[in-house]
Amino acid sequence: MSRIEKIFTDRSHKALIPFVTTGYPDIETTLKIVLLLARSGADIIELGVPFSDPLADGVTIQRASFKAIENGVTTRICLEVVKQLREKIDTPLVFMSYFNPLFQYGLERFCRDCGKAGVDGLIIPDLPPEEGVPLEEMAHRNGVDVIYLLAPTSTDERIKLVVKHSRGFVYLVSVTGVTGARSELPQDLAKFIGRVRKFTDKPLCVGFGIATPEQARRVAELADGVIVGSRLIQSIEEDPGLRAAANLVKEMRAAIDSDG
Amino acid sequence: MPGKKSLPDKRGYFGEYGGRFVPETLVPALEELTAAYKACKSDPAFWAEYDRFCCDFIGRPTPLYHAEQLTEACGGAQIYLKREDLAHTGAHKINNALGQGLLARCMGKKRIIAETGAGQHGVATAAVCARLGMECIIYMGEEDVRRQSLNVFRMKLMGAEVRPVSAGSKTLKDAINEAMRDWVTNARDTYYLLGSVVGPHPYPSMVRDFQSVIGKETREQILKKTGRLPDYIIACVGGGSNAIGIFHAFLDDTGIRLIGVEAGGKGVSTGKHAASLVKGKVGVLHGSKSFLLQDKYGQICETHSISAGLDYPGVGPEHSYLKETGRATYVAVTDRQALEGFQLLCRTEGITPALESAHAIYYAACLAKTLDKDKLIVVNLSGRGDKDMGIVAEALGVKL
Repeated sequence: MSRIEKIFTDRSHKALIPFVTTGYPDIETTLKIVLLLARSGADIIELGVPFSDPLADGVTIQRASFKAIENGVTTRICLEVVKQLREKIDTPLVFMSYFNPLFQYGLERFCRDCGKAGVDGLIIPDLPPEEGVPLEEMAHRNGVDVIYLLAPTSTDERIKLVVKHSRGFVYLVSVTGVTGARSELPQDLAKFIGRVRKFTDKPLCVGFGIATPEQARRVAELADGVIVGSRLIQSIEEDPGLRAAANLVKEMRAAIDSDG
Repeated sequence: MPGKKSLPDKRGYFGEYGGRFVPETLVPALEELTAAYKACKSDPAFWAEYDRFCCDFIGRPTPLYHAEQLTEACGGAQIYLKREDLAHTGAHKINNALGQGLLARCMGKKRIIAETGAGQHGVATAAVCARLGMECIIYMGEEDVRRQSLNVFRMKLMGAEVRPVSAGSKTLKDAINEAMRDWVTNARDTYYLLGSVVGPHPYPSMVRDFQSVIGKETREQILKKTGRLPDYIIACVGGGSNAIGIFHAFLDDTGIRLIGVEAGGKGVSTGKHAASLVKGKVGVLHGSKSFLLQDKYGQICETHSISAGLDYPGVGPEHSYLKETGRATYVAVTDRQALEGFQLLCRTEGITPALESAHAIYYAACLAKTLDKDKLIVVNLSGRGDKDMGIVAEALGVKL
């Protein structure tokens, strides 16, 4: 059983999965905040690998990504960050990266280095399973899960395909849209999750647009995990001392658990 | 086999190039598009309508013109120009905008989005949307909005909304990112009218099909005029749609040399250029695998070209395939050389080419000098240069 799968052995416990861009606003902050998140109730932590053309991301993560590149953050540095974090925490760490930086690193070498550094999973928003099979095999050989995404537009046929290929959990994109904090959850979220649930027992985690503890609580009622990204990055920007970010995650944790 | 017209394969690959590297939200939209295009492609009524609009709206066939003065000035091979500059809205872009506009109408989509660099594709899309009664939103990099303000005004006159994009390098690449973000958000009711042979499957082959009218006409025209096929076909390459459009009818005639001319900017060794095939490496951008200008970490480079339409770090996957198989050759021409080509055509033929096409003109003129008088060169004159007057004047130090 992979480290990610272990998180979901007790399904009454809902996973809280925060996202931060590696090296934003700097590497030191990333090293600090990941430890803080782990202590504040995060079950899995997503680390963004910056890319120059993040076409699935809204303005917040775009900004973080561009700044991280300016700071000189590369795929190798992201792996190095994981290696350092692994000495301190056991929390599953997942990379969120567009395909090209990994492709240039060399897929085989990248998967091997992920395994060595202690990366548990990969989320690649521009890699549907049709294109992902070669990477999947390399990742699995190195004990790394490839987590695929589903969207509200996914047909039943595609849901079947994606849940079959996805390991660790399945990432449900809550809205047809890019990442970014939103004031409302989409109306048809329960229906979407229900449609996916018909085809799989794998854990379903929902991301994109979740910004408040109340939204997190409502999503946790429907799914196995809640992913929060842009709002957390905004918290880091608002309070470089990171207290706001830690509080946000703690409040989300409390809200999610209050129901369970 | 190079020249096989059965490419791409079912997954949208030309050899190892192409594919569909997009967020899941778009995969169903691309599947719907593929199915709809397949249905229209085999429907004679669809093509009858396309042909009717080509004739009466675009003004096709565009002439194949023997540039005798230019030929004489070069003193070598005979140079013919395929006059896409005479197509409605001033460039070949309208061929594709029309085809996809009709397809969008078949699919019942009423909201059209598009990206544009020089503004030629934006203007073509705006014209087609006006004609077909569709809502039209054009994404354009801020830098391009500035340097192509005339085209921005034209788009607005035809009812389009132009949205400036301030992210990244503020040029074509960023306009495509933003159009894709719009499409991800509005995938259900929006048609993305992509302007070149780039992007995820089925765009590279679909746009090629709509542009292949250029090569089909050229083939007929050159046979009629000269009784034989040309020795060289030359076209500029940004994303590569006008080049694929003219190359395609000649892929199987392996005796014909196909040459794509990329933007060499300030020189291909300066890092300030847009010559993806000449200087790039294979990677994935905007949904397909192809040659790209990128750093060793896989970050996409900022490009430079005097012509906004060539200022793009990627290139259509079929060009990567043609390069790899050796069927086509790709070269680069600098800003300065393109300006020379621009002036040369103005002076010798009384034709102002688009700065994009001026790259091809320059290369053809140089090549012609080295060849015998009985050789034939066809240059795709992909667009006209009215939009570039400000840039050319500035480059030549003239105050307007």
